Amino acid sequence: MASVVSLKNVNKFFGPAERPTTIALKDINLEIQPREFISLIGPSGCGKSTLLRTIGDLVEPSSGEVLVNGKPAHQARINREYGMVFQAPVLFEWRTVLKNVELPLEIMGVPKAERIRRGREMLRLVELQHFERHYPWQLSGGMQQRVAIARALAFRPELLLMDEPFGALDEITRERMNAELLRIWHETQTTVVFVTHSIPEAVFLSTRVVVMSARPGRITEIIPIDLPYPRNVETRESPRFFELVTLVREALRKSEEMREELELR
Amino acid sequence: MSRTSPLERYGPPIAVFFLVIALWELLVRAFNVQQFLLPAPTVIAEAFFRTTTNIFNSAAYTIRSAVFGFGLGAGAGILVALITARWTTVREGLMPFAIALNSVPIIAFAPIMNNWFGSTNPLSKIAIVAVITFFPMMINMVRGLTLVEPAKIELMRSYATTPLQVLIKVRIPNALPYLFNALKVCSTLSLIGAIVGEYFGGPRDSLGVYILQEAQLFRFDNAWAAIIISALLGIAFYLVIIGLERIAIPWHASIDKQ
Repeated sequence: MASVVSLKNVNKFFGPAERPTTIALKDINLEIQPREFISLIGPSGCGKSTLLRTIGDLVEPSSGEVLVNGKPAHQARINREYGMVFQAPVLFEWRTVLKNVELPLEIMGVPKAERIRRGREMLRLVELQHFERHYPWQLSGGMQQRVAIARALAFRPELLLMDEPFGALDEITRERMNAELLRIWHETQTTVVFVTHSIPEAVFLSTRVVVMSARPGRITEIIPIDLPYPRNVETRESPRFFELVTLVREALRKSEEMREELELR
Repeated sequence: MSRTSPLERYGPPIAVFFLVIALWELLVRAFNVQQFLLPAPTVIAEAFFRTTTNIFNSAAYTIRSAVFGFGLGAGAGILVALITARWTTVREGLMPFAIALNSVPIIAFAPIMNNWFGSTNPLSKIAIVAVITFFPMMINMVRGLTLVEPAKIELMRSYATTPLQVLIKVRIPNALPYLFNALKVCSTLSLIGAIVGEYFGGPRDSLGVYILQEAQLFRFDNAWAAIIISALLGIAFYLVIIGLERIAIPWHASIDKQ
């Protein structure tokens, strides 16, 4: 099967090419298959957000190859092959909830009737169909983020890029949103790349967890998550869940120690 | 949001208004204040009804200068701001001067404008109002067009949008609250500009010249009547802008009400 995302020897430096001040990404190699849910996890400054942005062609790599659906990332962005969700909902205050969801469709020139139909369908998907006439400020943080997800999925991209979308939410809301997201992922058959710094979140959501370390930002381990579906509250309380959480935590600690050793040398 | 009856909402300010008027009347009469210092409200009202035609003719002229100047200045301000939003170098070149000129008391140029266009030529007042309103309008508009949440621009980039689409879908709506703030400031400035411009010379039938003449002839009751009308004009102008704001950006007014 062809990869949805293919990263080959991707490097990203900041500063002058011969003497870079920061190595944000070093020798990143990763293949993401259709229908996968990949979490990128690591300490702050490990380049996980930068990596997500290179996939979305919002950041250009210094070297290496980034392919999305077999095409260069730039072409994929021009073709609008992915949807993006940021840490902040980034809703437009002057648009109602429905109008916010319609935004990408409007830009793509989808006719009005079709736009409204699909906007409403997406709001049903995130269970906000009764709020279409509300303005963003009238919704809670969790609801605003659901609008952002609906907007990202409105044009049915095969790939969803999410940059710590639930980072600003409280723990209880976050767990509910995690379950929501899994349901949406099942219903839409989308491939997801998800940046987080929460270990339980990564384990609960993912098919594979990609562990990264900082300075230089690189992949230190990839942990497959074999938790059965459907995943729900019981999943979070199962022994296997705790085992996997521990596994990811140890991988994170190991990569941290490796880095410190490197720095001491 | 709390629901209040019209009486609860408008009652207090109306009560204050009548109380102040009554107090004014009472104090002027009790202390026998000379008319050149401060005429009583009833005297001003009487003067107003005696000179209604004069005041209204003068006001019509002044309103015309203020509105045309406002339209010209604000329109040009918006246009220049839109141009600078498109060409960043133009903005970087212009903004320091715009901000410097905005702090200049432009009204000081009024005699020069009178000299350029002729003091009885309406253009002299329109020009001064246009210059006064141009800078706050342009500066605010540039801010509104440029102070956009960076993530919004990144989101638009992920949709592979053109700069024109970013301007229409993000920058212009983002600038609307700034635009209305500037319009409110400019509505007051335009009347000040027109009236003060007329103080330096203008046709007989204009508020500035009328107030000046009546004061010089010790007809302070007439002068005050005209001053009150100028004040009401300023308030009316401001209210028109607020009304437009409610229609144009309901999403913003509702945030204010929170």
